[in-house]
Amino acid sequence: MSGADDLSVLLADRLGGATITELSRLSGGASRETWRFRANGIPRIVQRQRAGDERDMSIEARVVAAADSAGVPVPKLIATGTSDDGSAFMVLAAIDGETIARKLQRDSEFSNARAALTGQLGSALAAVHSMPAVNGLETVDPIAYYTEMLDNAIASGTGTPQPMLELVRRWLIEHRPRPVEPVVVHGDFRLGNLIVGVDGLRAVIDWELAHLGDPMEDLGWLCVKAWRFGQRPPVAGLGEYDELFSAYAAAGGGDVDADVVRWWEVLGTWKWAIMCILQASVHLSGATRSHELAAIGRRVCENEHDLFLALEDCW
Amino acid sequence: MSLHGAPSSAELVEAVREWLERDVMSSTEGRLRFHARVAANVLATVERELEVGAEQHTAHGERLASLGVADDAELARSIRDGDLDDRLDEVSAVLRADVDARLRVANPKYRS
Repeated sequence: MSGADDLSVLLADRLGGATITELSRLSGGASRETWRFRANGIPRIVQRQRAGDERDMSIEARVVAAADSAGVPVPKLIATGTSDDGSAFMVLAAIDGETIARKLQRDSEFSNARAALTGQLGSALAAVHSMPAVNGLETVDPIAYYTEMLDNAIASGTGTPQPMLELVRRWLIEHRPRPVEPVVVHGDFRLGNLIVGVDGLRAVIDWELAHLGDPMEDLGWLCVKAWRFGQRPPVAGLGEYDELFSAYAAAGGGDVDADVVRWWEVLGTWKWAIMCILQASVHLSGATRSHELAAIGRRVCENEHDLFLALEDCW
Repeated sequence: MSLHGAPSSAELVEAVREWLERDVMSSTEGRLRFHARVAANVLATVERELEVGAEQHTAHGERLASLGVADDAELARSIRDGDLDDRLDEVSAVLRADVDARLRVANPKYRS
């Protein structure tokens, strides 16, 4: 993967000879990196994949454009393409705001945003789920997918057998909601993937896990206890279920069956437990040595505890 | 008494954790300070496991034996295959105790 100088040349070339300044890296995940820069003085974001990333960023770019058309607040898609080494990239408008959940949940400057957010999130999700299917998105069976991920981690020696997660897996299979006509779901809809200003929701970002599925997946994931960071209210630590559901219905999302959302919340907690195991695996396998990743492996029991709480009266 | 004498492994880990908390965290900021805190938390987990781990391991073994399984691998497989479906209340009680033991080491403040 090339560095900042090469990226600067690429951006100038693909943005019509624009003057590129202030290029700086924001974050680097396992599969992609995010940079901030100015093109002719205008703040922009570029995300690009690393070699070996299985996902196709051009699909994500289409999803962002479709979300924009459907009225979901998203950063404007400015350009998309492939660099000379074959890695895909996309350029988005930069949007100012906060993405750190704990700040949004606690800091006084966001008190107005907090009052508005639960309703805004319900409306935004209704718009997401109204999008026409985007070419390239597929349905995912989350139980099958994450069972395979867990089994692979155990087989490779980076994960250990998980009796509690097996017990919950049985519950999930036995209580699976009736299949619905699949729609576009965001797939990772939580505070960390929203840009929020003092006035409330500004943009829904990070569409890389978008897929076709049950719209209630997004509502359930938003309510997973881990995303409340110790706050009491169930919706992202900010609001009540009823407020989310009524905003969702009012924006055309349809009536919400609370039991179905609950199932997806349990699925999400189970899935997050497996994701913690996978994060530790990244360290244990040697792919990225990091005590931070290693420590996440010991957080599985927090999710196990949450699963007991969630299922207390439901076994 | 220990072959290795004093300090014990627990006391060594404690000393490093105290240094991280006292010196490193107070003189760093941002990402480095965050990672120092993560490191201190990791060492605190190790200290708790050194203190109660052996006792927890024994109790865990007794719970597994009560279900007639040798280890977590056999328990996980039995649950997935449905072999313990007529004893799920017992299974659930065993797992509740296991999760409590893990939380006591990994994050004792989490239970609420």
